[in-house]
Amino acid sequence: MAAHPLRKTLPSEWLARLRSVLAQWPGYRDRVRGVLLGTHARYGLLFILVVYALLVAIGFVYLYPLLFMLITSLKSPTDLLNPMVQWVPTELYFGNYVRAFRVLNYPSTLLASILVSVVPSVLQTVVCSIVGYGLARYRFPGKPLLFALILATFIIPPQNTAIPQMLTYRRLGLLGTLWSLVLPALGGQGFRSAIFILIFYQTFLSLPKVLEEAARIDGATEARIFFQIAVPNALPAYIVSFIFSIVWYWNETYLTVIFLEGGIQTLPMQLSRFVQAYQNLYPPGTVNIFDRLNEAIKLAGTFLNILPLLVMYFVLQRWFVESVERTGITGE
Amino acid sequence: MKAPSRPSISLRYRTRQALQGYAFVALWIVGFILFTLVPLVETFRYSLNHVIVSATGVEQTFVGWQNYTRALFTDPIFVELLIEYAVETIFSVPIIMIFSLIIALFLNLKLSLKGLFRTIFFLPVVITSGPVIRELVAQGATTVPQIAQSPIVLEFLARLPGVLRGPAEYLMTSFILSLWFSGVQILIYLASLQKIDRSIYEAAAIDGASAWESFWKITLPSLSTTNIVVAVYTVITLSHFSENKLVRYIYTQTYDIKGGIGYASAMSFLYFAVLILILLIVYLALRSRAAKV
Repeated sequence: MAAHPLRKTLPSEWLARLRSVLAQWPGYRDRVRGVLLGTHARYGLLFILVVYALLVAIGFVYLYPLLFMLITSLKSPTDLLNPMVQWVPTELYFGNYVRAFRVLNYPSTLLASILVSVVPSVLQTVVCSIVGYGLARYRFPGKPLLFALILATFIIPPQNTAIPQMLTYRRLGLLGTLWSLVLPALGGQGFRSAIFILIFYQTFLSLPKVLEEAARIDGATEARIFFQIAVPNALPAYIVSFIFSIVWYWNETYLTVIFLEGGIQTLPMQLSRFVQAYQNLYPPGTVNIFDRLNEAIKLAGTFLNILPLLVMYFVLQRWFVESVERTGITGE
Repeated sequence: MKAPSRPSISLRYRTRQALQGYAFVALWIVGFILFTLVPLVETFRYSLNHVIVSATGVEQTFVGWQNYTRALFTDPIFVELLIEYAVETIFSVPIIMIFSLIIALFLNLKLSLKGLFRTIFFLPVVITSGPVIRELVAQGATTVPQIAQSPIVLEFLARLPGVLRGPAEYLMTSFILSLWFSGVQILIYLASLQKIDRSIYEAAAIDGASAWESFWKITLPSLSTTNIVVAVYTVITLSHFSENKLVRYIYTQTYDIKGGIGYASAMSFLYFAVLILILLIVYLALRSRAAKV
């Protein structure tokens, strides 16, 4: 197969020499085919190339919105208007970031976002681990029903339960405070709590019971067994749940908008009213054309919004990508 | 476990264990009643009433099923959005599933740079939030313009019958978005793939099975439970996403003078019913396939 094009281009004595070399190397066709198409022992070169090409192409599609955002946010107003400038701005222009920083009221909204995601996450993780442990280690009637209800909390759309909660919080004067997010998390009804309960259930099921039983024989109380034996052994599940919980609380806007309206202002909330906030700071009638709101400023705001998450992701990525395998979320 | 000698002790042991178990899950049960069950019932009651929220409290006048009939028969936007949501979800789920399975199969190979690709494919899970997606869509960052606006694609769309045009257009314009919803699914598939026993593949290879055959005869059947997990997860994420048009519509109607909480609650329940219907369809479709193999 490989010899065909060579026949035309190479002089005949070269061809003869090549044949004599190949004659000393029996089975060369199989070898070549093996390298290109793969054998049972290893992947073929062609196969590897196709896989890499596909992965790179899909990876590009994945990163395209981020690249687009990053590059557009670094364009100056003149670059934005210039149709020649597509992917490489003529200068690195940070003016958009300066404005977006002010419009987002970055230091205070960032702090609010951290608070709103970290505090419920801690509580949610702890509560879900307790519930998961109870489900994994004790036999009691009604367990299938409990699992069904836990699944139900995952399925029920938030808009089916949000309004009465909101009205109750309003009556109690808790609307707009951290309590409106802390209380559900404390009851194991936080954002996607069901997933975390299942993660902990799987984790505790897979841990050996021997140590716990030994402690029980030695007279340890159930609570002590949980805190001193089960929890330290399930540490990876805690870290993974905590990280995911933070990310999901940070990105959740439907409930936070309803529960925190008029009170705490988080980063995503401020981003969703970016246009309005911009016009408050830079009234459209009074600023010159270069200070008007444009897509570069909006995208700078968007980038500032995800920046903390990106930093966290790249620092902790080992925990993110290995998490599902570690915790056995799919366990049958 | 020690086998108890007398039945009375066994009973006591069981009761004690049950009580201890209940103690661990008690917090959840209280939370469920307070933050899910009661609000759910309350929302259902709102949906049968005309609700006015004033500074002093909540006023309700009973109107029966009027809110429901209004949503289904007189509100043209709601029904349209509901159908659009159902069709889009049913189209998106298989696409996301197939795509994430393919990516997971690739990442399951022995490749260098595997970690890098895994990092890239999981990135959207970390950064996807409603406002971020809204900004990206508004600025055109989520479509690759050269593809979406190419004459071939436009011509192709124009020739499709009306029923299919909507979903097809949706797929074209939000292609990247549906890929962005595949992060967790890829990881779930990857975890399940790694659990399949290597020796089954080796045995099949010795018996002369090609990689293609092993995929259909070994890999896919082993993933039948995972498929259901992934499908349910996908349906729920798509349906709960705050940029979902229907979710947005219900939200705006809640604070609208013409809509109100009662009307929005009725729509929420109709939406919930359709969501359950979709879950059922997906579940039955995947279960029957799992049973066949």
